[in-house]
Amino acid sequence: MVELETVPPFFADKQALVGEILGRYPEYGKRSAVMPLLWEVQRAERYVSEARLAEIAEILDLHPTEVKGVMSFYSEYHGEPVGRYHLQVCSTLSCSLAGSDQLYDYLVEKLGIVNGETDEEGRFSIQKVECLGSCGTGPVLQVNDVYYERVSRLRCDSLLEALNNDEMPPAWRERGGDNEGEVKAEFLADAAARDEGQGEG
Amino acid sequence: MSDVTDTTRPITSRRDPRYEVVMYRHVGIEGAHMLDYYRAHGGYEAARKALTEMSPSQVIDEVKASKLRGRGGAGFPTGVKWSFMPPADGRQRLLVVNADESEPGSFKDRYIMEDDPHQLIEGMIIGCYAIQATKAMIYIRGEYVKGYERLVGAINEARAAGLLGDHVLGTDVEVDITVHRGAGAYICGEETALMNSLEGLRGNPRLKPPFPAQAGVYGLPTTVNNVTTITSVVHIITRGAHWFASMGTEDSTGTKLYQISGPVRRPGVYELPMGASFRELIYDLAGGPRGGEAKGFFPGGSSTPPLPWTDEFLDMAMDYGSLAKAGSMLGTGGVIVIPKEKDIVSAMYNVVRFYAHESCGKCTPCREGIATWLPKMYQKLLAGLGTREDLTLMEEMVRNSRGTAFCPLADACAMPVQASFKWFRDEYEYIVDHGRPMYTKNDWWEA
Repeated sequence: MVELETVPPFFADKQALVGEILGRYPEYGKRSAVMPLLWEVQRAERYVSEARLAEIAEILDLHPTEVKGVMSFYSEYHGEPVGRYHLQVCSTLSCSLAGSDQLYDYLVEKLGIVNGETDEEGRFSIQKVECLGSCGTGPVLQVNDVYYERVSRLRCDSLLEALNNDEMPPAWRERGGDNEGEVKAEFLADAAARDEGQGEG
Repeated sequence: MSDVTDTTRPITSRRDPRYEVVMYRHVGIEGAHMLDYYRAHGGYEAARKALTEMSPSQVIDEVKASKLRGRGGAGFPTGVKWSFMPPADGRQRLLVVNADESEPGSFKDRYIMEDDPHQLIEGMIIGCYAIQATKAMIYIRGEYVKGYERLVGAINEARAAGLLGDHVLGTDVEVDITVHRGAGAYICGEETALMNSLEGLRGNPRLKPPFPAQAGVYGLPTTVNNVTTITSVVHIITRGAHWFASMGTEDSTGTKLYQISGPVRRPGVYELPMGASFRELIYDLAGGPRGGEAKGFFPGGSSTPPLPWTDEFLDMAMDYGSLAKAGSMLGTGGVIVIPKEKDIVSAMYNVVRFYAHESCGKCTPCREGIATWLPKMYQKLLAGLGTREDLTLMEEMVRNSRGTAFCPLADACAMPVQASFKWFRDEYEYIVDHGRPMYTKNDWWEA
C-alpha cells in the first residue's frame, strides 16, 4: 500500500495575493496569471510540485496538464527541488570567452555535482543556463535571483565560502561603458592625453 | 574622419561636440531610479507635452518624421508600426513592451530598467497616447529580477503621483501598466511567441498574418515595441524629430545604445549616434582587443552574421544599410569580439547550441535541423571525426533551413553559421583534415 503524503495547500491562506495577481489581467485573460502563480510557488518552495500544479489549475479553471504544459516550456521553473543556493552558470559565447566553461568545471569539482543535480544536503544545485544579459561583465553566475558578475577564480572561492556559511552576499554589479554614472565614458585617447598633460603640469 | 565643425552635417560620431548621451544619462547613478530624481531632471515633461499640446496623430507624425526604427533588431519604422493600429472602435487596445532581452551580446535594456525605469514608463505613456491604448504590459525576462522589482516600484510611485491611472497628469488620458515576468525562453522575444506567453500559453510563435495590430494579445489590437524604441520616443518628443534625424545616416537616424562584449579592455554599453563606425566603438571607446588579436566580430548579437576583422568592416558605419550591404545585420547593436585564439568551430558550436536549446520545437526545419542535426554535426567536428562531406552537408542544411521555418529563430542560427563558413572556412577545413582545431586555447578564465 502506498500512503499518499498530503501537503497543506499553498494558496488557501493567500487569497489577497491571488486576488492581486488575477487583478493584473482582464477577466477574459485570467489564464495569463499562470506564470506569476508558478513564480509564487517556486519562490517559496524552490520547485513546483504536482500538488501545486493542481492548485493553480483549480484557481484558473484549467486542467493540471495544461499548467504543466506551460511550466515545462520555460527553463526557469523546476519540477524537482533545487538547492537553497541554485547556481546558474551562463554558458553562452561572451561568458564563455570570459571563462564560464572553466567556472562551470570548477564548480563541478568543488561541489561534486553536475548540471541539473542538487547535493545531498540540499544546499547547492547547478544549472547551465543560456545568456543572462550580462555579456559585458562575464563570467556571470546567478545564485537564486542575484547576479554575481566577473566571477574570477578568487572571487568564486569567496562566494562559495560565504554560501557555505549561509551568507548571501549582495549582488556584484560591475561597471563598464556608460553604466558608470554621471561621467560618461571618455574616448581612451582623450583620457590618455589628459592624464599625460596633468603629469607634465 | 568626419568634419565636426560643419554644423549642417549629420552627427555620426560621439566626438561631434553637438552629440549628447541622452538615454543612458541617468544609468549608473545612485538613486536615479526614484521618481523624485527623475522629475528633478526634467522627467515626465515629454509626457506632459505630448498629452497636453499634441494630438495622438501629431505624436505619431513626430515619430515618423524622426525616422526612428525599432531597436529590437528588425528595424521596422516605429511611427509606421503605430499607424497600423486600426481606428479606435471601443475595443481595448494594448501597448506591449518587449523587455525579454535574450539575444546573446545584448544587455542595454537591463540597465535602463534597473537604473532608469521612469524613462521607460514615460515613453510608454506617450506610446499609449499615440496609439490610444489604455493598457500597457511589459514582458520582462524572468532572470531580470532586479529590473522587475525596480519597474514595479516605479509604476507604484507613478500611480501614486497621478502619472498613471485614470487621469494621467490631470488629463482624461487613461494608462495603466502591468509587468509580466517570463521564465527563461529566448523565443519569447519573438513578438507572437511573447503574446502567447503573456496569455499564459507555451511560448510558441503564431502565424502572421494576422499581425498584432489586427489581432494581438487576447485578440485585441496590439503594438509591440522594444524597450529602447520606447525610451527613444521620450527624447524625440522633448527635443523634436529634427534633433533625432540630425544624427545618423540616410536610412538610420538618432542615438542608439550599442553593446560590446568579448575580450576588449572596456566592455559595456555605449550610447552613440547612428552611423558611428565599429572602430569608434571597439577601439576608441572600448579600448580594442585585450590579451591578443581579434579575428572577427558579431556586429549586433549572435544571430547577426559575423564579419572578419578588416579595416573595411571596422571602418564601416553601424547602421542598417551598411550592414545589410556587408551581408549582415545591425540587430540589437550587441558587438561580440571573437579573439584570434578562439577556434571558430568551437565558437560557432556555442552559438548553435544556444539556438538549439532555445528552439521551441514547433516546426520541423528548426526542431530537426537547427536543434538536432546541426549541434550533432558540430560535436562530430569537435571530436575530430568530421569529413569534408560533413562540411558540405552542414552548409546545405543551413541553406535549406533559411526561410523555411515558422519563425525567424532558424534563420537567426543559420545566417551566422553561413557567414562563419564564408569568412573562416580554413578553420573548418583544418579541423576536418587534422582532427584537431586550428586554435587549441580553451582556458579563458582569469585567476
